[in-house]
Amino acid sequence: MSQPPATVQETGETAEVSRRALFAKIGLLLNGLAVMVLATPVVGYLLSPILRGERGQYKRWIALGELDEFPEGQTRLAKFQNPISGVSDGDTDHIPCWVRRIQGEQFQVFAINCAHLGCPVRWFAQSGLFMCPCHGGVYYQDGSRASGPPPRGLFEYQYKVENGHLLIDAGQLPTLSTTASLAGRRNGCQG
Amino acid sequence: MSRLAKIGAWFDQRLQIAGAIRDAAAHPVPRKSASWWYIFGSAALTIFILQVFTGILLALIYVPSAAEAWNSLQYLNHGVTMGWFLRAVHGWGSNFMVAVVLIHMCQVILFGAYKFPRELTWILGVFLLLMTLGMAFTGQVLRFDQDAYWGLGIGVAIVGRVPLIGKQGVQLLMGGPIIAGDTLSRFFALHVFVIPGLLIGFISLHLLLVLKLGINDWPMPGRVVRRSTYLKEYHELTHKDGIPFVPGAVWKDMFFSAAIIVSITACAAFFGPFGPSGYPDPTIVQTVPKPDFFFLWLYALLSLLPPQMETPILLIGPVVAIGFLILLPFISGEGEKSWRRRPVAVVTLLLLAVALGTFTRLASYAPWSPVMNAWSGDPIPVNLLNGRSPLERQGALVFQGKQCRNCHAIGGSGGKRGPALDNVATTLTPDQLVRQVLQGGGNMPAYGKNLNPAEVTALVSFLETLHKANQPPARDAANVALQPAAQPASSRTAP
Repeated sequence: MSQPPATVQETGETAEVSRRALFAKIGLLLNGLAVMVLATPVVGYLLSPILRGERGQYKRWIALGELDEFPEGQTRLAKFQNPISGVSDGDTDHIPCWVRRIQGEQFQVFAINCAHLGCPVRWFAQSGLFMCPCHGGVYYQDGSRASGPPPRGLFEYQYKVENGHLLIDAGQLPTLSTTASLAGRRNGCQG
Repeated sequence: MSRLAKIGAWFDQRLQIAGAIRDAAAHPVPRKSASWWYIFGSAALTIFILQVFTGILLALIYVPSAAEAWNSLQYLNHGVTMGWFLRAVHGWGSNFMVAVVLIHMCQVILFGAYKFPRELTWILGVFLLLMTLGMAFTGQVLRFDQDAYWGLGIGVAIVGRVPLIGKQGVQLLMGGPIIAGDTLSRFFALHVFVIPGLLIGFISLHLLLVLKLGINDWPMPGRVVRRSTYLKEYHELTHKDGIPFVPGAVWKDMFFSAAIIVSITACAAFFGPFGPSGYPDPTIVQTVPKPDFFFLWLYALLSLLPPQMETPILLIGPVVAIGFLILLPFISGEGEKSWRRRPVAVVTLLLLAVALGTFTRLASYAPWSPVMNAWSGDPIPVNLLNGRSPLERQGALVFQGKQCRNCHAIGGSGGKRGPALDNVATTLTPDQLVRQVLQGGGNMPAYGKNLNPAEVTALVSFLETLHKANQPPARDAANVALQPAAQPASSRTAP
């Protein structure tokens, strides 16, 4: 094979290719823009569980029942319908909690979820303890940690009493980082 | 030319893939690598195909809605012809898949197959393992029962421990503020679309690399991998002493794959499908959630880690472990392949196997969990009540009534959270017993506020009777004079 001699032909060819290459790059750019336009709503859609939370839509005051349903000195299981529910929740938006009526209008309302890893704690009135069936966490009747792996006491809902009804500020599953709608253990009674 | 061959030729004139398939099938493998040790990868692929197949069949009936999922599983189990069997095959297939992938990985480590030039094959394999575990976990969630619901709660709680972005992570994982319909839907999407799609892509690349780079040669002590010479050595090995993959090695793969499918089918037929357990209503708090078999070791780890170490280990541990696995071929990409010359690899693998096995066995009876109904379900053995004084029997009543039994076993039944108390009187004096009951300590809650003095006296007098006939109860030597009642009590022991 002989060497391709014509430099003119060579430059002509590269010029032609680079024009096509330019269009290819522009095409790529257009597709990139199109993807970005499309991606913005997609990201919004994907982040909606966070964004709705940021707008404070996860927190409402819910009536747990009349005061008479909670005898003084006792701790009872109460249930409420989660204020935020989807179309296909079934019974999963029925949320339980433990209500301790200390006396009068003084309450403590504990989340069902163990502060360790979220399992449902059970109240044992005879020994005055909450026990967790999963990893062995135990709490005293005031929700403070008694033993086992939990790093803190039970999560507590803020509450208030209105027109003879007990209300709690609820809506979000409590974990160590989503306790925002829940009171700390100390200020649980501020209502 | 037969009619079939003509049709084949017509297609291949257009597709032009017969040559590539023939080359792939006939690619030479080292004679010694056509071994029964090299069958686990193909078995994993076989199970994956089985899982895709049965998964699609289950999707014909299953409803990915928190309101309907549990009912659709019941319908599959009881209403649809052979629905239970397909659920069982898919469930057992999942267990076999995790097991075979783990065995495949162990074999690859022991045979040094991750070394040069197969680093990328290994890294893809690490991701395939993670995706397999991801499929196992998301699959457990789709079996939307109480275990699935609370298991999700545990996953969410772990994510909630991540600093700074824990809250956002929790909300993303649940698809909302609580575990509900949106949560199940996104796990369905993960289990059915996202992870399988990734799996198919990664498996294809993994297989492509096996074809391009050749199957690992049988490790021989002294045959050292060097980047400069390995490719040439391997080429010589396969071309001087190699056999074509088909049919030289493939028959073993096919035998084993058939055996695996038969085993899964047999397990499915004999043991049936997994669950579903109780209906997923969080207000049913009388539940004792437990993870599926392959996550039992994690259940044990979460129970046994000291609280202050838990979050760091939970969050840093996986990063370190996965990082190490990915870096492994770069840390030891050359050198000996034979397990006979790699004691560190063998010992590490054995240690991991023993640790995981121990954790799994512990989790099968979960000694850290209180037995929630022991106090009302397990009576005190009669021989511990015979010939006891009224006070001591009253103490036995206190022992049951105050749920001591949930954590302390007597006569072999009860919780294992605390020590069994069959011989407690020989280790603690009455004063020490009173102190332990009232103040707790050593992982025992304090009962000071929940027992009145009479109950404490009764309880301790009952505990004082718990010792073997020939073992006197512990006494405080300094205070013997203060305990005149001690002697008669100890002589009135169990027969």
